Amino acid sequence: MREKILTFIEKNSRINLKELAVIIGVDEVTVAQELKKMEEEHIICGYHTLIDWDKTGVEKVTAMIEVRVTPQRDMGFDKVAERIYNYPEVNAVFLISGGFDLLVTLEGKTLREVSQFVTDKLSTLDSVLSTKTNFILKKYKDHGTIIADAPKDERMLITP
Amino acid sequence: MRNPLSKEIVNIQPSGIRKFFDIVSEMKDAISLGVGEPDFDTPWHIRDEGIYSLEKGRTFYTSNAGLKELKIEIAKYLQRRFELEYDYNSEVLVTVGGSEAIDIAMRAMLDPGDEVLIPQPSYVSYEPCCRLANGTPVIIQLQAENEFRLTKEELEAAITPKTKLLVLPYPNNPTGAVMERHDLEAVAAVVAEHDLFVLSDEIYGELTYVEGKNHVSIASLPGMKERTIVINGFSKSHAMTGWRLGYACGPKVILEQMLKIHQYAIMCAPTNSQYAAVDALRNGDSDVADMREQYNGRRRYLMHAFEQMGLSCFEPFGAFYVFPCIREFGMTSEEFAEKLLAEEKVAVVPGTAFGECGEGFIRISYAYSLDNLKTALERVQRFIEKLKKGEINKTK
Repeated sequence: MREKILTFIEKNSRINLKELAVIIGVDEVTVAQELKKMEEEHIICGYHTLIDWDKTGVEKVTAMIEVRVTPQRDMGFDKVAERIYNYPEVNAVFLISGGFDLLVTLEGKTLREVSQFVTDKLSTLDSVLSTKTNFILKKYKDHGTIIADAPKDERMLITP
Repeated sequence: MRNPLSKEIVNIQPSGIRKFFDIVSEMKDAISLGVGEPDFDTPWHIRDEGIYSLEKGRTFYTSNAGLKELKIEIAKYLQRRFELEYDYNSEVLVTVGGSEAIDIAMRAMLDPGDEVLIPQPSYVSYEPCCRLANGTPVIIQLQAENEFRLTKEELEAAITPKTKLLVLPYPNNPTGAVMERHDLEAVAAVVAEHDLFVLSDEIYGELTYVEGKNHVSIASLPGMKERTIVINGFSKSHAMTGWRLGYACGPKVILEQMLKIHQYAIMCAPTNSQYAAVDALRNGDSDVADMREQYNGRRRYLMHAFEQMGLSCFEPFGAFYVFPCIREFGMTSEEFAEKLLAEEKVAVVPGTAFGECGEGFIRISYAYSLDNLKTALERVQRFIEKLKKGEINKTK
């Protein structure tokens, strides 16, 4: 049942409890309990909204920064990741296999703000060996959702 | 000038849905619950395969019965999903949608005077296809109290010495009814006893929602394979309506004759659709399961909403339709549908489009997103409240 609930709310987190229970086909109390448990267990880590900021006139720049670091004794990458993710400007931090170690997603108001963060904060960390900043030019799809305008229903209104 | 037309054809009525479609099309910003096809796009990997086949220049005819790879995949799929054993080489025929399969099966099996039992409410094309094949349609009026399943008694009562073929349209459009194993066993016994054949239209076979039970094909019951033409396709299961691809499986002796008609009338099903379908069957099982899960959630949602608004409806376990009863409002199905459209701009299909015995019911499709369903249901609820308060004039 957990999988059913999660699969559904992953794309529809705003659905109310009653409707969710009906759709999953279990009673409301059970669904509420499961949700609560999964929140406590941090399986559900938050409920977010996917926004296309480009349509709002609010200026925002997002960059994905490839960071190469020296892992620390006993801590591996966790310690340096923690130092990085504690900055509120940092949106996401992933440990990556391949040519670099950490992928850091950063959001700022301007290009300058983002580059300043990289040069002042990120690059100066002891264990950071190098950074490579990639600015996002356009978002096509995010969190499994296509950002472009919602497609119209092109089916005929009535078919047998 | 002489009359250019065939009297036979002129006598065939256009589909009742068509008539309602014309009314709906004139209505601006109507919300529809009237569509009989999936709202999902064909899964991307299948579309991609179709594109790839075009890029590779696979733009020629295939052999009449269909691509060998596809027939092999169809045989494997039917085995895997419905315990059906067909020889891909002689017992599988790829057609232009399930619709063509229905047509050519009837033409291959019927002689003038042969009676064909057609349970209704059901899909609109069985009766005309039967007439086009010179058969005599005999309608079995299914009952709401049996959840629109075909019973042994109903079947027996309709059989005459001329009866040759039984159409078995389950999971059913428009009622959403299913036939479970025990229902089919009862029917199969009668079929065998009277030496009949079965045209089993299982196009919605992937869309059943009985907890823990899969769709059962009548052809998988003992002794029934040699009496049954199974019709299936990709339209509903894989959301591929526009690709026009279906298939028929059955005894070699019948398929050989069907192949003849297909060969002269059609040549072969669209080649790039066939390539895409190979991928659908090789890699599409999880897509089908996902879509089924989503339909099932919407089905529960609809049933719950009907209960809340006091609209009586048996719980349907198949396809993507519910078939609520609207008799309590003292209108015909057509009146109800027209008023609902006029008052709240929601389009549904009157039950009578699927046979006279659909009177008193409307078909509501849940091949729509939940958001869409919600908005539409709010309007339906408002309409029903107005009806109950007597705010809507019942006569036209």
